[in-house]
Amino acid sequence: MEIEKLKSLPKNFLKETLQSVFKLEKLKRLKGFSGVHFNDAEKKLAENIEKYRSVEREAVKSWRVVELSRNENRPHTPDYIKGIFEDFVELSGDRNNMEDKSIITGFGKIAGRTVAIIGHNKGKDIKERVLYNFGSSMPQGYRKANRIMELADRFNFPVITLIDTPGAYPALEAEDSGQAGAIANSILKMFELKVPTIAVLIGEGGSGGALALAIGNYVMMLENATYSVISPEGCASILWRDPSVAKLAARALKLTSKDLLKMGVIDKIIYEPIGGAQNDPQRMIRIVKAFLLSTVKRYSSMTGTDFKAERAKKFEVMGSFNIINE
Amino acid sequence: MEKIFCKKCKKEVDSEEYIRNLKVCPYCNFHDYMSARERLQITVDEGSFKEYAGEINSVDSLNFYDVKAYKDRLNEAKIKSGLNEAIITGEARLAGNRVSIGVMDFNFMGGSMGSVVGERIKILADSSISNKAPLIIFAASGGARMQEGILSLMQMAKTVSCINRVNEAKIPYFCVITNPTTGGVSASFSTVADIIISEPGALFCFAGPRVVEQTIKKSVPEDFGLAGRNLKNGQIDMIINRQEVKPTLEKLLRLFA
Repeated sequence: MEIEKLKSLPKNFLKETLQSVFKLEKLKRLKGFSGVHFNDAEKKLAENIEKYRSVEREAVKSWRVVELSRNENRPHTPDYIKGIFEDFVELSGDRNNMEDKSIITGFGKIAGRTVAIIGHNKGKDIKERVLYNFGSSMPQGYRKANRIMELADRFNFPVITLIDTPGAYPALEAEDSGQAGAIANSILKMFELKVPTIAVLIGEGGSGGALALAIGNYVMMLENATYSVISPEGCASILWRDPSVAKLAARALKLTSKDLLKMGVIDKIIYEPIGGAQNDPQRMIRIVKAFLLSTVKRYSSMTGTDFKAERAKKFEVMGSFNIINE
Repeated sequence: MEKIFCKKCKKEVDSEEYIRNLKVCPYCNFHDYMSARERLQITVDEGSFKEYAGEINSVDSLNFYDVKAYKDRLNEAKIKSGLNEAIITGEARLAGNRVSIGVMDFNFMGGSMGSVVGERIKILADSSISNKAPLIIFAASGGARMQEGILSLMQMAKTVSCINRVNEAKIPYFCVITNPTTGGVSASFSTVADIIISEPGALFCFAGPRVVEQTIKKSVPEDFGLAGRNLKNGQIDMIINRQEVKPTLEKLLRLFA
């Protein structure tokens, strides 16, 4: 049904809609002028317009979530760390050649237990954002995260990740230092860990740069966060060859928490204060804290669980395909 | 005699010579596109290939539609490539050695990885573990398949998890990078290989040159993401001419036997 609705959508969706509206008005004017009936043609145009409008309404809804997920006033990783963990100690550096500030790593306490905390950081104002590279990480950032995960595994500390990135940094120096390998090895490391991993998507979940930290035994997602294989803008310019239809791409990609829960990609939606996390950051932080507390407690009581095997099992069943015997 | 022109140096090459030379330009060593079936043919022992998971096919679970429906794109890709997905997987003999082998084909929707590529790699990895057969994958891909949305991103996690199990079973895994290998495929199962072999001139990067140029608003060097630069930067183990890929894999199989 839906695909049929969309199949008849012309490439230039908005323009055609406007033309239909225009044509319909013209028909109506003609009708009043000459007394001729145009019922069928009118009906068809009206149907077209309604079809476009319904897609547009959905697109606008998805886009609203995209905008909320990027809202500067949402709480960021440092706010959550400050509001949730006791005795937090930040650790720096990949022990090779760089400290990447776009990922914050360290250890702290929650529910009486030491945990590793790894989170993307976008920054609040322009000064911070430049310092944190707008939350886009270099390979060295992921290697720093790897180092902290290894430490956590050795000391049996659960790993908590907070994900909020437009994507890994696409730059010459990032590629030269092996961005692809850094992401792949971060994913691999998360599969190797014996300790439980808990991932929380707190804002933008942009592509491989988000996935690199999102291999959680339990994956939670804030109501208005997004998680997507590509940004709607990127998708629009590649598939539609027109970045202006990003809203349509946002709808098509199904990147909202509700869509992802339905697809089994996340385990839990954390609902936000009315209107979004930015309206009441302190309350948002308290809500996330409550969920993290109960999750860490739950995992602490599950002694003897093979968290590694559980993670492999969980991610290896993801996907949807047909079996056709010819 | 039919004449063709090298895509890089534009010199005229005799078509028979070109095929004999495995679609490599005799003048400038440009390594042209090679289909998955051709690749299998020049790599494994004749008649030894048994396909796995060929019956696993794509489904449009998102009802994805851009300027074309995903279903239509899939049908077009099937006709264009003669394959039913972007990877062929199976078991074969390589100079007598039993191997699990997967070969990607860029002609099927840009070699993009969706649920089927992920599931086929999983079945391949499982066979590798149960047969104790070394794993070989020829990569060629533009990245994750956007038309499958988040599920295509999850294939990165899924395939890396499979490789993790191959690692734990202490089975060697060699990846051959062919032109181009980028995005979600470069940032998943291909870069976690034990040994990474690249064909000369193959583009192997996460973000493609155009994306990087748009982001940093500067042009990137000519050799951006190419095999030579990757070798210099320590991202790959070796660059091997197409004629020598099979002998190199044989040597590695002997070393890791």
